[in-house]
Amino acid sequence: MDLKFTDAEPSADEREAVDRLIGVADSGWYGGERAAEDHRRSFGGQSARSRRDLVLEALHAVNDRVGWISPGALNYVGRRLSIPPADVYSVATFYALFSTHPRPRRIVHVCTDIACEAKGSKQVCADLEERLGPPSAVAGWKHSPCLGICERSPAALAVEAGDPAIERTLGPTTSHEVLQALEIGPAAVTSEAAATMAVPQAGQDGLLLLQRVGAVDPESLTDFVAAEGYSGLRRALELQPAKVVEEVKAAKLLGRGGAAFPAAVKWESTAAQEATPRYLVCNADESEPGTFKDRAILEGDPFSLIEAMVIAGYAIGAERGYIYLRGEYPRSLRLLRNAIEQSRAHGYLGEDILGSGYSFEIEIRRGAGAYICGEETAIFNSIEGYRGEPRSKPPFPFEAGLFGKPTVVNNVETLVNVPLIMRIGSTAYAELGTGDSTGPKLFCVSGNVARPGVYEVPFGVTLGEVLELAGGVSQGNSLQAVLLGGAAGGFVRPDELDIPLTFEGTRSRSTTLGSGVVLAFDDTVDLPSILVRIARFFRDESCGQCVPCRVGTVRQEEALVRISTRRDDDPTATASDILLLRDVGLAMKDSSICGLGQAAWNAVESAIDRVGVLEEST
Amino acid sequence: MTTTDNRAPVHMGMPTRLVTVSVDEREVSVPEGSTILAACDAAGEDTPTLCYGDTLTPKNACRVCMVEVEGSRVLVPSCSRRVQEGMEVKTDTERVRHSRRLVLEMLGSSVDLSTTPRVADWMVRYAADPERFGPPAGEQFDRDVHEPGEHHLPDGSTAATMEQPVKVDNDLYVRDYSKCILCYKCVDACGEQWQNTFAIQVAGRGFDSQISTEFSVELPDSACVYCGNCVEVCPTGALSFKSEFDMRDAGTWDEERQTETTTVCTFCGVGCNLTLHVQDNEIVKVSSPHDHSVGHGNLCIKGRFGFQHVQSREDRKRRND
Repeated sequence: MDLKFTDAEPSADEREAVDRLIGVADSGWYGGERAAEDHRRSFGGQSARSRRDLVLEALHAVNDRVGWISPGALNYVGRRLSIPPADVYSVATFYALFSTHPRPRRIVHVCTDIACEAKGSKQVCADLEERLGPPSAVAGWKHSPCLGICERSPAALAVEAGDPAIERTLGPTTSHEVLQALEIGPAAVTSEAAATMAVPQAGQDGLLLLQRVGAVDPESLTDFVAAEGYSGLRRALELQPAKVVEEVKAAKLLGRGGAAFPAAVKWESTAAQEATPRYLVCNADESEPGTFKDRAILEGDPFSLIEAMVIAGYAIGAERGYIYLRGEYPRSLRLLRNAIEQSRAHGYLGEDILGSGYSFEIEIRRGAGAYICGEETAIFNSIEGYRGEPRSKPPFPFEAGLFGKPTVVNNVETLVNVPLIMRIGSTAYAELGTGDSTGPKLFCVSGNVARPGVYEVPFGVTLGEVLELAGGVSQGNSLQAVLLGGAAGGFVRPDELDIPLTFEGTRSRSTTLGSGVVLAFDDTVDLPSILVRIARFFRDESCGQCVPCRVGTVRQEEALVRISTRRDDDPTATASDILLLRDVGLAMKDSSICGLGQAAWNAVESAIDRVGVLEEST
Repeated sequence: MTTTDNRAPVHMGMPTRLVTVSVDEREVSVPEGSTILAACDAAGEDTPTLCYGDTLTPKNACRVCMVEVEGSRVLVPSCSRRVQEGMEVKTDTERVRHSRRLVLEMLGSSVDLSTTPRVADWMVRYAADPERFGPPAGEQFDRDVHEPGEHHLPDGSTAATMEQPVKVDNDLYVRDYSKCILCYKCVDACGEQWQNTFAIQVAGRGFDSQISTEFSVELPDSACVYCGNCVEVCPTGALSFKSEFDMRDAGTWDEERQTETTTVCTFCGVGCNLTLHVQDNEIVKVSSPHDHSVGHGNLCIKGRFGFQHVQSREDRKRRND
């Protein structure tokens, strides 16, 4: 490709950061030193174009090192990977964790999302605004959507660019701690939080998915193996791949990411495709506000995901799997890298796994702050090095997914059920839970409860029981509403605590389990303000590809802001705004390309119709 | 075919099967692989489209051509979805009308559609009222600065728009992104679907997205080769010839007085066809027929913009002296 770049050159640091990822350029044609023989050799072809999938990693490398992506660095990434600069720019400006204008080395992302708002993030932000001025990259602090640290809300993520970059999660945080992180650096303020903090049940008997969290060292393969680790893989390798699929089918495993699609159906239809290679993608981009269950697994039991992916890869005949990990999970990244390395070194991953003849590789790809990349086709575009925009379906992932090849996309929680199924057998597994919702389920309980965290229960318990597990609403306050399934889910009333938390149970009560979010709001929370925050979330996270979602999320936010500032001053105007919300909401639901736009009105609609949040004003 | 046998049969392509679908309860037969849009056309339905381009792969981003398909949970973009035997398509149900109306209202409230052909008729047809979202928010000067995932909280008193300064950075064409509906057609024409120049892409995210060069550098500093194929496919007039832009500005642009003459480009031997748009005996812009087998509507800088010498007349020279 004949590419034209501006004259901007990378700094030595920027160049080194990219080179460390992809090696030193071997010719002047690709950003290296120009040598005499460059004029007599021809370069290009497929080999030069084939690494577009590294663009996100290359941008991370630069952003981690210097804190932002300069024109020179952008040019260098484009030259090295043979991508037009306008394309690299379009990718870089898609992700919230990247900056294409200068910013300081230290920056703190302060979560202002719903779980943190319920626990006082507004006060943290007000204090910071007083000390540092309005949030902006230059001021060193920014508002952030849900960081997935909801058990420790209000939360923040402190980042310091450098070699290596340092990232620490803060929570429950204060404006004082944020200021400290900016002044003396995140590493000096706090160490990595222990995984058990997210799992109040850690160490209890009878856990199936969380049994190792807090009980074993998440960095030790030996510990993992001693605690039944990789025994599911051994069992799977004794079976034929088709038999593994059959077991998962008999276990009736449904996807835990939100859509509740039968995992075995995805596997079966992908395995049946003739095209190769096939791919396995683990969706670890959990960004649904209020969701942090995958993080609890990744930080407490990272080897279990590797084991699960090898089994899934074996079942569908894939040679390679990708873990698409959300960019805000630095600890998970470190632990997964370690788990992959150790597993490979001991024959659980890589060539000829455990002497079975089956080979499988896993690569990690870091997201960079884009909720939409958790959509099952946007994740492909992001991994391939394009903007994380969803694709139109059909074709479906099993026919044409990652790199246009048959692909299975499974959520982390879905996958870690697989070794369990292998270990205890599909019959025993299917006996857990209810008829249609089998197995154990993780719930992310946060908001105004005494002990927020990830809770494992067998399918079938009620909403009230889960809240009870988490200690119920804080003393002296009463429950106002519960949000099920996150921002794309729905609110329910405090008199509906008998809702059974199963796929069929929530469906029959016209709500959703979504990704397992149970977010409680007590009567101290201003729900109209929470609705504005939800609208703001969708407006920020819409990829912008289709009109209903791109403009609809803006109009939805504007109307909710009007309603929430007006309160009950002008009931007629509010009634007309609610009508407008319904109109926009229906168009988003009917005509958006993907689930983000289709669900962007769900929570607001349920708050209005089910909880009656705006009732006093109508 | 790899054979060099000159008695090899002439390749005629696969015989095409016809697929029968019903459109608003009328049965139509279209070739297998056709889009629902083609079936709607065959049934005599007038389907609004904006991002659809006859020479481009459907991006189905604008969502104005949505139809209801029996059995589908959501509405379906007719411009890209292929027909299947027995499909039942409805183009005028309450749901379809609602969606088309809302999409038109959303576009009308955020984008300047004053030069978008036919959109005014559709607004009437679907009773769209773009003003219901409030008065437009007015011009923004920082739309080229991208901070994805962040925006200033609105106060709800106005409706956010795309309005921004016009980009005039060269003598050939103008970019007026206040009129941009982000249909991606220019990006696709500039990139791998036609020109392979890759000078522009969508930058930013969500409502703050914008067609842009890298770091919004001006076109002369970008990879642009001024083929104008982006102008050819732009459905809203966001991209226009500098000549057209200036005449509109001066109030002298008048399509009623224009003639169109299709001829063969004389610059080289490829044989691209040019359609010269002439007003008052002056070429005011050049397009290219999309159904022509050589260029499919594409030209190079010479064919597209190299027409000034034709009208470099003596009297005009004298006038300018």
